Amino acid sequence: MLDFPRWKQLWLWSITLLACFAALPSLLAVGGVSLPQALPSPMINLGLDLAGGSHILLEANPEQVKRQRLETMEEDVRARMRNAEKPIRIGEISTKDGTVSFMVADPGQVDAAREELQTLTSGAQLTGQRDWDLQVLDGNRIVLRPTQAGIDLAISQAMDTATEVVRKRIDALGTREPTIIRQGANRIVVQVPGLKDPQALKNLLGQTAKLEFKLVDSLALPSDVAQGIAPPGSEIVPLVADPRTGQTGGAIAVKRLGGIKGDRLTNAQQAFDQQTNEAIVNITFDQQGGAKFAKLTTENVGKPFAIILDGKVLSSPVINEPIIGGTARISGSFTVESANQLAIALRSGALPVDLKVVEERSVGPDLGADSIEKGMIAFGVGTIALMLFMLATYGRFGVYTNLALIINTLMILGIMAIMNTTLTLPGIAGFVLTIGAAVDANVLINERIREERARGRKVIQAVEMGYTEASRAIFDANITNVIAATLMFLFGSGPVRGFAIVLMIGIATSVFTAVTLTRMWVVGWLRRARPSELVL
Amino acid sequence: MKLLKLVPDNTNIRFLRWRVPFYVISTLLILASWGLILTKGLNLGVDFVGGQMIRVTFERTAEAPVAELRQTVGQLGYGEPIIQQFGKPNEVSIRMKLPEGSERNTDLADQMARKITASIKEGHPDARIDGVDSVSGKVSGELFKTGMQALIAAVIAISIYIWVRFEWQFGVGALYALVHDVSLTLGLFAVTQMEFDLNIVAAILTLIGYSLNDTIVVYDRIRENLKKYRRMPMPELLDLSVNETLSRTIVTSLSVLITLLALLLLGPNVIFGFTAAITLGIFVGTYSSVYMAAPILIWLKVSSSSFVQVESEIERQERLAREKS
Repeated sequence: MLDFPRWKQLWLWSITLLACFAALPSLLAVGGVSLPQALPSPMINLGLDLAGGSHILLEANPEQVKRQRLETMEEDVRARMRNAEKPIRIGEISTKDGTVSFMVADPGQVDAAREELQTLTSGAQLTGQRDWDLQVLDGNRIVLRPTQAGIDLAISQAMDTATEVVRKRIDALGTREPTIIRQGANRIVVQVPGLKDPQALKNLLGQTAKLEFKLVDSLALPSDVAQGIAPPGSEIVPLVADPRTGQTGGAIAVKRLGGIKGDRLTNAQQAFDQQTNEAIVNITFDQQGGAKFAKLTTENVGKPFAIILDGKVLSSPVINEPIIGGTARISGSFTVESANQLAIALRSGALPVDLKVVEERSVGPDLGADSIEKGMIAFGVGTIALMLFMLATYGRFGVYTNLALIINTLMILGIMAIMNTTLTLPGIAGFVLTIGAAVDANVLINERIREERARGRKVIQAVEMGYTEASRAIFDANITNVIAATLMFLFGSGPVRGFAIVLMIGIATSVFTAVTLTRMWVVGWLRRARPSELVL
Repeated sequence: MKLLKLVPDNTNIRFLRWRVPFYVISTLLILASWGLILTKGLNLGVDFVGGQMIRVTFERTAEAPVAELRQTVGQLGYGEPIIQQFGKPNEVSIRMKLPEGSERNTDLADQMARKITASIKEGHPDARIDGVDSVSGKVSGELFKTGMQALIAAVIAISIYIWVRFEWQFGVGALYALVHDVSLTLGLFAVTQMEFDLNIVAAILTLIGYSLNDTIVVYDRIRENLKKYRRMPMPELLDLSVNETLSRTIVTSLSVLITLLALLLLGPNVIFGFTAAITLGIFVGTYSSVYMAAPILIWLKVSSSSFVQVESEIERQERLAREKS
């Protein structure tokens, strides 16, 4: 029992000091002091509920990704068949039922068509799984069916791109330290601390910013358009709502094919129309995009074309002359703010999918500050009261318990800082609770020593029995708490997780401080003083 | 120095004499709790049913004008708000259903939040908007599901652990005590109609952990005594075990209560419900370890033959010394 080798003591002290030192920067930061840059200073992050800010959960619709893939495939198939060495004539392409299917006019060319489609369907994955299954029905109908692996990959890629775009857009707003994480198959979590007005952020993220230029079908009958009937080869696109009046209504028919996408941009800036003084957005194409745009405008001088943003027509000006400089301007009854947001959105690229806000939480910074202050006061008062109680109940052993308690607190903070975890409001509660429960280990030990003394055991043996016998219950109790905390972490979200992390760290440190450290101190004292009687 | 001793040495209170009436009462309480939960229902927060919650503090008003707010917000045409004070009388949470069609067009929820906050600020310039939570029905459904999964998984996993570490009877006893604790806490939320949100799930998981801590301490002592006093009848042995650990039970419960009371009285208002749930859990959990977890061992016929005698090193030396003399 009295055997406590020096190396072991050194080892225990160094762990303790290391963890406590890691807590220093966070503690000093509360007092407004910051350490010199050169020193490593791990910090505890404050959760949004403490620091104030916004938490936004965005969700993409996987169906949209699937639909877009079908459309891209349709275009690719058409291009491949047309550009084949010996052009292959095909009938109308159907994209119903989640497949791409078409007839090959000459049944003798089916094999050639299959050959052409080979690279489109094989997929780029290393696993060798195909992205599309190719089937030939009735001799000359080719059906392309997306595989699950292909769909999953497409959704995953779309979400990666979307996350990147979201990051660029938020950076453009100039907010500090946003957290942007992909969650699950089709979600993105955005957390921006200290944000006062989440509205601008949400407007920006809610915009897909898919820009298209399509020719207006001027032959469509206005009566048909009003009823939503599109002439063959055209589609009906609604007009954008007026930002000032909020009025919606109206639509025009545009040609489905022959337009270009506005995704090849090198720049987009908000500006003003020199004549009308209206807010506009100037865009600059890259070389390839500029060439396409020049071609479109050269071939269609005198015709109107529609500028379509996220499936709504912004404006439909007439092409007065070919635009070959690679720049264009988008007008469409913008406010300065909405033009600016569109410019940011276009600069950061279009989102490959629409994102919807499915969960939003924002906390005002005053409440957060209030919570931290009250949490700290409660913690301070609770700890001091507890320490007095321990001192009164266990005397010298109470001093050891209290020392363990202080070190425990510092170690939890230190480990949280090293692991770069986030302290949330329930986390503070978890902290207070951990302190309360940590004392239980010492209570168990001290009570057991008392009992063993009452049974007439000698001091040293009573202490040894106290530690060994109590350890069993301490161990079992802590394991069950670890089980509860782990499940909280696995199943919980947000605040519950923050709580679980503190609890798990607290369980580990409290066993260390309450059992191992106090034992070292008690043994040291027994060796020095060799008491024949215990005041307990 | 004279030390504080809350529990005198060698108490011999016959706790288990009342085990049958207490069992009946507790079981009735569990049933009553579930009756209340099923009929009255829990006041589920936006975390679990979806909707929008706006938290407002009236900085220069002693008590939030709840009735007036209900009228102002109700007139906006978004349906009746649920308005509750929490923590302090000048802090309220206003809960609304999300407007029709907001699943597709998320702007509608924002518009509602803006209109509500504007209408409050108009009448009360001292109103401070502390937070806005909007949770869609889909997400809230998932949160509810995962929250319940966490609870059930925790209860089952812990019972299995106790079964492995002790005996199956102890596992059953712990499980029953846990069901008791969770039911009564849920019952409290049904009676008071305090808001039940994600934080409360964390609180319940915590009190499960705490209640178990207690149960395990008592069980550990029962196991030890079963090995020591092989001929003692079970009721007596359980009483002895509970009495031996009584001092520890009181001191620990008080320690945790001290810190919790500090949090309850001085801590942030936002987690009032959370701390209240844990505080209640401390009482319920301590009680259930003595009156729920222990007596069940009598009925499940645990006896000293359930465990093999293990002698510690000190005990062996002492026995040898005794035999020598």
